[in-house]
Amino acid sequence: MSIEINNASFTYPNGYVALENISVTIKDGERVAIVGQNGAGKTTAVKMMNGLNKPSSGDVIIDGVNTKDKTTATIAKSVGYVFQNPDDQIFNQTVRAEIEYMPRYFKFSEKEIEQRVNYAVELAGIEKFLKINPYDLPFPVRKFVTIAAVIVSKPKYIILDEPTAGQDKHGLEILSKMIDRLQKDGVTVLTITHDMEFAVNNFHRIIAMAHKNIIADGTPQEIFWNDKVLAEARIKKPIIGELAMQLALDGNILFCDELVAKL
Amino acid sequence: MAKIELKNVTYKYPFTRDFALKDITYTFNPGKFYGIIGENGGGKTTLCNLIRGLIPHFYKGKLKGDAIVNGIDIRDWDLGELSAQIGYVFENPFTQISGIKPTVFEEVAMGLENLGVPKEEIIEKVMNVCKLLKIEELITNNPNELSGGQRQRVAFASIISMDTEMLIIDEPTSQLDPEGTEDVFEIIKTLKRSDKTILLVEHKIDMIAEYCDEIIVMKEGGIAFAGPTHEILGNAQIMEAGAMMPQVAIFGHEMQKAGKPLAVIPITLSEATAQVKKRREDNVH
Repeated sequence: MSIEINNASFTYPNGYVALENISVTIKDGERVAIVGQNGAGKTTAVKMMNGLNKPSSGDVIIDGVNTKDKTTATIAKSVGYVFQNPDDQIFNQTVRAEIEYMPRYFKFSEKEIEQRVNYAVELAGIEKFLKINPYDLPFPVRKFVTIAAVIVSKPKYIILDEPTAGQDKHGLEILSKMIDRLQKDGVTVLTITHDMEFAVNNFHRIIAMAHKNIIADGTPQEIFWNDKVLAEARIKKPIIGELAMQLALDGNILFCDELVAKL
Repeated sequence: MAKIELKNVTYKYPFTRDFALKDITYTFNPGKFYGIIGENGGGKTTLCNLIRGLIPHFYKGKLKGDAIVNGIDIRDWDLGELSAQIGYVFENPFTQISGIKPTVFEEVAMGLENLGVPKEEIIEKVMNVCKLLKIEELITNNPNELSGGQRQRVAFASIISMDTEMLIIDEPTSQLDPEGTEDVFEIIKTLKRSDKTILLVEHKIDMIAEYCDEIIVMKEGGIAFAGPTHEILGNAQIMEAGAMMPQVAIFGHEMQKAGKPLAVIPITLSEATAQVKKRREDNVH
């Protein structure tokens, strides 16, 4: 089972070409971070993965089915996308109603709804806020509400668009735990992020994008120790890697324990 | 001189049960750069709202204790007059641009015009600020047609042109990409050199470590830790209070645990590099 993008391009209705001929395969159980500067095509690419964007040419195949043959609503059941801006997604009066919306729409039993909501709410760490209007919550918490509203559908793939924006230490810890738990429960997790510390600490595969294409795809070590890729995608080495570089240490160090061991 | 004295300040927003600020006593001295960090919901923005006078003039609620700005109790300040003393750059600089002025020059000049500053003086001030923020070449452009980074500079310029002694900057980079973040910090670096009193709320702890003189860690409406940047950001206890610690400081503590202590816990990349090099040299001799 996988998401496959084969030679896909995407042109917006106004003629703006956002992606040119990209190919990539995301396999089951992977943890993938997509990085690169604004305008590189990151969000356009992941919106092809959940059917919000259908490629202008080429194909996107999800678990063997071409997205051209399916409606976005059907695809969204298996590929959940959490918008960068929670306000693009929230439309209910209370956090509980927002999270229950999908399972109620699909007419699950009350018991099933309760189980799913409890699971989603626990992973997102928002047990305290169920009765509150989402718009009375601060931005970073609203983001967790939208994440829970996607988890509740139990998609096989979850795409988190800039989840760390405005998050404090506690929020970052919830995100890390959530990603671990989702992977354990068989979910493939993708993220788009500008936060390289988040990427290196939580994801095993990094896809670097620039100029409407994928310019590199590999392990964190392969991406963050390739100066050409960093310059082209306009991303920075995580700070421990930067320190290792300034100390002229070899071994493509990215993590604190590696660095301590080396010194 | 912008001096803020808070004595046993407690505050509760209207229609809420919990106190947003609890017994805060702190003095902000002129010319210093303060970093306010800590968990979300810990009272960081509320503290900014109080100092800017939005509490109690705009947000009513219950305010106890003394908040004194330049010798005058916050309750006795006129909000308009206070705005000539304290500039407030909101969480999202994009919302700050008025959208009603056709050129960058007029956008930046708007605040001064409203204060009735003479024309020649406005021109001089606006040109100086535009030079400082490297937007001189854009003064005839329409603010709405600029890139994100450029707009940000314009938003900052319109606050800086007011030449207030104090600036409050609330999470200016939370929604920005790394290049936009660097643009903002370049502006903040310029402001630091101008001897203004600056209060910066920010989660990007490595940036805070680089620029601030003093750090205030807020938790549950109170001040959990406060003091010189090095002392606070090198102290692992701030993490228990819900604040982030610079990666290189965590590295410093890990070195200590591994029996390879550095002379000082570093809080910036350059300090960490220097500390490790020093340790290597000391071990050679």
